Amino acid sequence: MVLSEIEFEPDDRYHAFLTICRKAPCGDGKLAGIAVAVKDNISTKGIETTCASKILKGYVPPYDAHVVELLRQSGAAISGKTNMDEFGMGTTTENSAFGPTLNPADTSRVPGGSSGGSAAAVAAGMVRMALGTDTGGSIRCPAAFCGIVGLKPTYGRVSRFGLIAYSNSLEQIGPMANTVSDVSLLMQVIAGHDRRDTTSYNQPYRHTPDADIRGLKVGIPQEYFGAGVDPTVAELVKHAIFRLEELGATSVPCSIPSMEYALAAYYVTCTSEASSNLARFDGVRYGPAADTKKSWHDAYRDVRKTNFGTEVRRRIMLGTFALSSGYYGKYYAKAQVAKENVKKDFARILADVDVIAGPTMPTIAFTLGEKSDPLSMYLADILTVPANLAGIPAISVPCGKADGMPVGLQIMGNHFCDERVIDVAYAYEQAVVS
Amino acid sequence: MVTEQDVQHIAQLADIGIDAGELGTFTARFNAILDYFDVLDRVQGDGAGARDLINVMREDVVEPSLPQEDVLRNAPAQEDGFIRAPRVM
Amino acid sequence: MTGTPVIVGLEVHCQLDTQSKLFCGCSTDYRNDGPNTHVCPVCLGLPGSMPVLNKKAIWYAMRVAKALSCDVIHESEFSRKNYFYPDLDKAYQITQYDKPLAQGGYLEIDGDEGGIRRVRLTRIHVEEDPGRLVHMGNAERGKYSLVDYNRAGIPLIEIVSEPDMRSPKEARKFLNKLRATLEYLGVFDSEKEGSLRVDANISIAGSERVEVKNITSYKGVEKALTFEITRQKNLLRRGLKVERETRHFLEARGITQSARSKEQEHDYRYFPEPDLRPLHVQPWVAGITLPELPDARRERFMAQYGCSMNHARTLTGELRIANFYETVVAPDPKGLSAPAATWIADTLIGELNYRGISLDAVDAERFTALVRLIKDGTITDKSGVEVLRVMLDQRMKNEQDETPSRIVARLNLARTAGDAHALAAVITEVIAQNSKAVEDYRNGKNGALNFLVGQAMKKTRGRSDPGELNRMITGMLSTRGA
Repeated sequence: MVLSEIEFEPDDRYHAFLTICRKAPCGDGKLAGIAVAVKDNISTKGIETTCASKILKGYVPPYDAHVVELLRQSGAAISGKTNMDEFGMGTTTENSAFGPTLNPADTSRVPGGSSGGSAAAVAAGMVRMALGTDTGGSIRCPAAFCGIVGLKPTYGRVSRFGLIAYSNSLEQIGPMANTVSDVSLLMQVIAGHDRRDTTSYNQPYRHTPDADIRGLKVGIPQEYFGAGVDPTVAELVKHAIFRLEELGATSVPCSIPSMEYALAAYYVTCTSEASSNLARFDGVRYGPAADTKKSWHDAYRDVRKTNFGTEVRRRIMLGTFALSSGYYGKYYAKAQVAKENVKKDFARILADVDVIAGPTMPTIAFTLGEKSDPLSMYLADILTVPANLAGIPAISVPCGKADGMPVGLQIMGNHFCDERVIDVAYAYEQAVVS
Repeated sequence: MVTEQDVQHIAQLADIGIDAGELGTFTARFNAILDYFDVLDRVQGDGAGARDLINVMREDVVEPSLPQEDVLRNAPAQEDGFIRAPRVM
Repeated sequence: MTGTPVIVGLEVHCQLDTQSKLFCGCSTDYRNDGPNTHVCPVCLGLPGSMPVLNKKAIWYAMRVAKALSCDVIHESEFSRKNYFYPDLDKAYQITQYDKPLAQGGYLEIDGDEGGIRRVRLTRIHVEEDPGRLVHMGNAERGKYSLVDYNRAGIPLIEIVSEPDMRSPKEARKFLNKLRATLEYLGVFDSEKEGSLRVDANISIAGSERVEVKNITSYKGVEKALTFEITRQKNLLRRGLKVERETRHFLEARGITQSARSKEQEHDYRYFPEPDLRPLHVQPWVAGITLPELPDARRERFMAQYGCSMNHARTLTGELRIANFYETVVAPDPKGLSAPAATWIADTLIGELNYRGISLDAVDAERFTALVRLIKDGTITDKSGVEVLRVMLDQRMKNEQDETPSRIVARLNLARTAGDAHALAAVITEVIAQNSKAVEDYRNGKNGALNFLVGQAMKKTRGRSDPGELNRMITGMLSTRGA
């Protein structure tokens, strides 16, 4: 179906890309001739895929991720692979082994993470749309920080086949673009069942955004406006919710008690899964060579020490600890109960309201180097991780600027109601544009 | 509270190298994070949830494997179709 | 074994005989192909690949569970067993941990002290096989390993017994019975190389338990356990303690060796595999119809064909043999069941084992023809063995194979019986040439008669019946000597 090629010669001054495909084949279809950037943890046949890690430097997958197959079939041009926090482990894209991405809105600030390269590429106008991945906010955070739209779909709505796993039970691939319409268009292409991912559902997305939200009931969780949330950010988001009310929605206060431990549950789960997922990078089948003059365990340890960044090693060790005998019950098992509790809290609230709204991030984009302490970086994910634990769809749509930096309004909905959160974001976007 | 010794033990369990120079900071940060994780002690409930997707399986049908050259292409060292690895004995 | 009781429990891993691997579509038929030719992103552990469970493997394991009276549990799931080794493509093995497919059940064997020994089962679960490592190099030029991932992802069933066996022999019987059961169920092919692996737990009552890993053959189990018992008893005799440890069985040397204690500390950090959904397959159990199993077939062979207990046990101990027997006797069950049982159980199996070839090399129709030749007296038992050996050798050498009657004709093996005149001439000759033996016979040495019969057999090249020769020689010597 390849009809032609597009030439892609971007000015990548923000270091959004790790690989640029200067000549990208494209074809006929829904995305005919549209340049789409793909996060570098999504496997692309014949194109180096590194997860922004030295440990995958030079790795060229012999197969395409399911979403990449779908992109190609829809005529899109894969124009490059975008920068990210190594293996998705970060909220700033500073944890890339190949240097940080800068925020196009202010180059002294981070673009957010971990899909910072995808967000910057879209925000800077280098591509019209991009794929990101969201484990605990990695699409929504950079969308908010860079002033674009990003959707984390319902868990299971988009196949993860070919996504290099960081935390299997939490992450989803999702669309990022400047407009809700484009996010919706990209979602049409990537959603649907894939028999190679047994956690995927047969729930295709065929929706076109509809701005009519009259009668919509919006839940406003008090925890999303509490301590730690920048008052300016909170004000902007409250104002955005007021706009939704002007469009015919009503808002009701609600509470998510499990927010108390959601972030801890999230970090225990993702580090545990990561400690197992990342163990395969041993320099035998791919990646930088293990030293075959050494014994296996010495060579293995060296490969991992030399080629994983500090944050990755920290998370592998945290996860190893959380799963180790004697601690499994205190950490991993407890985190799974907490996850169920978060799910139940959302189910209870969403039985009563259509969507839940709040800020995407508690602050505007950090300055480069600001989050050198890991725990303070983790805490910034507090408003995004609940949707991953609950497995529900969540979108971030720009709702103004604080101190000259973009702020995101987050809208969360019930399982498989991705259409609903897109409609609400669309209604808001259209109201602001007009 | 974990000690530097504990952290070294975890590093060994994870089979991941850690330099003596970074051990201090690593341990301090590790402890800060683990302190934060203690909030999980307050979690109540049995964790039981709905199982909406069960018995997801495929039929026993053979599909093509990768060509051997694709299997070996990313391997740093190979020999007669095998992939070379450090000694285990 | 006498004295202090011995306690043995087994963990048996068998490859399930599916067409494709446990979590991907790669073919399981890899044994004749080059390394790394039956792998894909999933079984090579390429980043981003995901497992998809093979339904047939679960179905097969459930057949085993039902046949062994295990309870298939309401919800089972797969877990990751994390350990780092170059043959383990993902650095974890997808297996089952706290929610196995089935629990309980038992397998009955003939106990050493007579009677039935019921060996209880702990659990049955399904898991994937790792790849294969070849150790290369030497001390001077450096050592390294070569990895072949063709085996990675082959479905295994693990059957764990309670420590209910009391001797190496019982362990061997348990394995043989288990193998037969799995083969009867059509889920396992014992003739495929490396399709079975056993870990054994063994202790002398009152002492620590030792785990012996890496046993890869049926004979190996008996050997490894016998070695271990001797080793442990010697320790105790010298007043030493048996250490609780893991030992490896070195098949070639027939010994066990302590797994080095500096090996990686074992904390497998099991947790549920997030890429696979839970199994709720208990309701399928009712839909499983079991084929006739070894015990039932043994009873039937005794009732239907009049086989002795021993013959019936041997004939039904392996599916191939049982099927072969029934094919061989089918043309004339009444006439053939007795001689065929004897010839298969007492002769054929030994000849096959001696040559190390499979029963598949024997054509049932020709074997029936051979049994008929023996039964109707065309050839003697001794010639029968000779014909059988020629048939097997022709198969082994891939020569043009002949029918039994053709072999009999070519080698001139037709029995001389009936031709009393010719036989009498031979005997006269034997008597004339062995006057010492004749004298011994007359002096009451019975062994001398056997010698004379043997000489006559030699002269007729085995074509005559020893009984008949015996009668004729006795007769001729008594008339002459009277």
